[in-house]
Amino acid sequence: MSDGSTTSTTGATTSTLPPSVSVRGVRASYGRIEVLHGVDLEVPAGSVFALLGPNGAGKSTLLKVLSGRMRTTAGEVLVGDVPIGKTPSEKLARQGICAVPEGRGIFPNLTVRENLRIWTYRGGITMKDVEEQTYATFPVLKERRRQLAGTMSGGEQQMLAISRALVTRPRVLYLDELSMGLAPLIVAELYELVGTLARQGMTIVLVEQFVTTALAVADHAAIMVHGRIEQQGTPSEMADAALSIYLA
Amino acid sequence: MSNFLQFTVFGIMLGAGYAIAATGLVVTYTTSGVFNFAQGAVGMIAAFGYWELVSAHHVPVLAALVIVLILGASICGAFVERVLMRRLHGASAERPVMVTLGLMVILTGMATILWSPTTQRTVEPMITGQFSLVGINIQVQYVLIIAVAIAVAIGLRALFYTTRTGYALRAVVDDPELLGMSGVSPNRMSQYGWILGFMMAALSGVLLAPTQTTGINIEAMTLLVVSGYAAAIVGRLKNIPVTFAAAIAIGLAENYVLNYVEPHLPANLQTDMTSALPMVFLFIALVTLPSVRLRAVGRLTSMKAPRVAGGRESLVAGAVFLVVAVVVAFAFADTNIKGTTLLTLGGMVLTLAIVGLSLVLLTGYSGQVSLCQFSFMGIGAFIMGKVAGGGSLLGLIAATAICAGVGALIAWPTVRLSDLYLALATFAFADAVATGFFSDGHIYGAGGLMVGRIVLPGLSLGSDTAEFLLVAVFFVLCAWLVLAIRRSLFGRRLVAVNDSPAAYATVGLDIGFTKVAVFAIAAGMAGLAGGLYATVQQIVGTTDFDIFPGIIFVLFVTIWSIRTVSGAFLAALTYVVLNQLWPSSIGIFAGIGIILIGRAAGGILGIEALHVRLPWVKAPSGTSDPSGHLTAFGGTALATEGSRAAG
Repeated sequence: MSDGSTTSTTGATTSTLPPSVSVRGVRASYGRIEVLHGVDLEVPAGSVFALLGPNGAGKSTLLKVLSGRMRTTAGEVLVGDVPIGKTPSEKLARQGICAVPEGRGIFPNLTVRENLRIWTYRGGITMKDVEEQTYATFPVLKERRRQLAGTMSGGEQQMLAISRALVTRPRVLYLDELSMGLAPLIVAELYELVGTLARQGMTIVLVEQFVTTALAVADHAAIMVHGRIEQQGTPSEMADAALSIYLA
Repeated sequence: MSNFLQFTVFGIMLGAGYAIAATGLVVTYTTSGVFNFAQGAVGMIAAFGYWELVSAHHVPVLAALVIVLILGASICGAFVERVLMRRLHGASAERPVMVTLGLMVILTGMATILWSPTTQRTVEPMITGQFSLVGINIQVQYVLIIAVAIAVAIGLRALFYTTRTGYALRAVVDDPELLGMSGVSPNRMSQYGWILGFMMAALSGVLLAPTQTTGINIEAMTLLVVSGYAAAIVGRLKNIPVTFAAAIAIGLAENYVLNYVEPHLPANLQTDMTSALPMVFLFIALVTLPSVRLRAVGRLTSMKAPRVAGGRESLVAGAVFLVVAVVVAFAFADTNIKGTTLLTLGGMVLTLAIVGLSLVLLTGYSGQVSLCQFSFMGIGAFIMGKVAGGGSLLGLIAATAICAGVGALIAWPTVRLSDLYLALATFAFADAVATGFFSDGHIYGAGGLMVGRIVLPGLSLGSDTAEFLLVAVFFVLCAWLVLAIRRSLFGRRLVAVNDSPAAYATVGLDIGFTKVAVFAIAAGMAGLAGGLYATVQQIVGTTDFDIFPGIIFVLFVTIWSIRTVSGAFLAALTYVVLNQLWPSSIGIFAGIGIILIGRAAGGILGIEALHVRLPWVKAPSGTSDPSGHLTAFGGTALATEGSRAAG
């Protein structure tokens, strides 16, 4: 998917190869209830990896672990060769590991512009660049720039949320339920953007309930059930497997 | 005209002082979602600290300001955030309210120990001198306060709306986790917020201290910035310019009322008005602002509700309790502790336990935070002393009924308020009643209001033993009532209102009626307790039902368990014992207790490790939780609130 040279939406080229993500024997619990029972996963560098599964399978919990929002009780997560250990999410974000959480990953009581301003945490990013890139991709956000983000429509809020992935130029991007509660046309538009981001050279893990939507942009996929990886393989292999697992 | 201008300048100065405190509240609330009830107490400590440095140790003013405002306030703010508040993430919405109230009583308790209230301390203005403008004399200190307030408002507005740190400070309360994912440490932002809030509180305390011409007083300084609370509420706890303008308006209104209205009132009402005015402003601000404008930053948390004892279980337990009470009454009839009979103290425990039961019903079951149960108790005691010459059963009935009516009147405009705002409204009511009504010499009389023991036809209840047993009977009856209410349809409705008001409304039930009804029942119960308290003590005074003892008692109930009968009883026992042993430190005990209990919603009695199994209590079917468990501290089955999810 990636040859190691990446191009940003503004045309700037970098030579940083995105890292792979390895999950080895990860266990995690909510209180006394274990929800991840030894998850093993290899996400190749620069690929789009779709994590599928029914409700309650543990997909979002796994994403929380990957983005440093939840501690493991066993196992480890490596980004490249570096274990993330107990690194807090803010440090991971500064290292270029970006997560767009389930729901709307925005601050509802800040304006669109103020949301974008908060995301200029990585060095070398100016507010001017951020605004240019965001408004070029999502022109509607320019019209809404002085509006409180929480007052926008669900689709617009999700556009704002994903624009963080545009402007912060992460090396690894985790997307959780991007399509939740959105109209099919907007979902298609957002997934088109995911494809664009992937082509720029980014390791992407996306959690999704809608199998066909996710597999259309994925290079690899896995199906989670009851806190375990049930199967993993190519998108075509997973499309068949998902049907039987979802209907089981 | 010159008088008017003079009052105006003083009002603006007063308002500017309130504005600094209010903006501190807004900063803390915006960045942490916590309304810091200890804001006034922090200002008070800062004022006393400043006096200690400048007046007692002759430290130069500038050095004292650096020590108090920059070093002291920032270290304390950072400490409070790190040690007290950070671990409350995910706790129920009322818990931060309780912890900041705990901090308030700790600080006032410490101040009482460090600075004897009997000594007069006057703080000199930082800049002395005055000048004349359009025929009025203006003190330079006033100009300093106004200038500092304007600088603070402009500075904070610029910080919040033009800097990335400011955006992060505003964003942290919306979604701290997302802020973390945005590369900014949410904990650090919250800490900055608390530091700023403490600095504002200290600044307002230090600036307003010299305006206290009769000297700084612990309670007065702690409550001085309450008008700032009203301003912060008008600014919806987020809008600094509106908060600032509201504070100035309140300062002006307060000064005009005091100078133009008060002199025309009867002499005995003048002091009452002065004291009660800030709380009246706060109450008005809360009940008149549209509810949609009051943004609540509460968190719904799922908690295990304690098991409610069944009807037969309650009857047996009540009977056992009464047998124990009879044994105690006759065994310790002649025992005295520090000049008070043990049975009188026992009677106080039981009457306070009834107040605790009212809190179980109101806060424990329906989730409404009330800080004014002692006010109803005081009103009940007053009615008891006035009806039929005191000592009449009719007095008890009147105390209960009138307090229930007053409770309903208070509840009606406040039902739409939740958690923090209701706590603030009841806080305002409690202090307004304490300072404007109870402290009036004409209410309880200079030496206190004498109340006789209850006399029933053909039955003498004049002895301490008879009185103790009478109060024990009332306690058991109230406990039965509370548990019966909880088991009833109305009780399930209370729990439902607490769990999800929205879901409650969607099934066609009237939230307002339910809330007013439970508030009225709880107020009536507190009024009954007040009537009984008066007959136990036989004399009640102006300070018996002050705001601070009321808050301390609520804290003790929360510490033990605000959801159980046994929690109410143990809280009353703790309160009376500590009040006898260390009366000046009782606030410190309560404050430390609530801090230690932290986010444990069930209080001490909710800690499973302390539960013991009673062999004769059957385990209910259909639950995996250990039931039939009794806390090690509850001696009767009235306290058999093991742990089971509420039905």
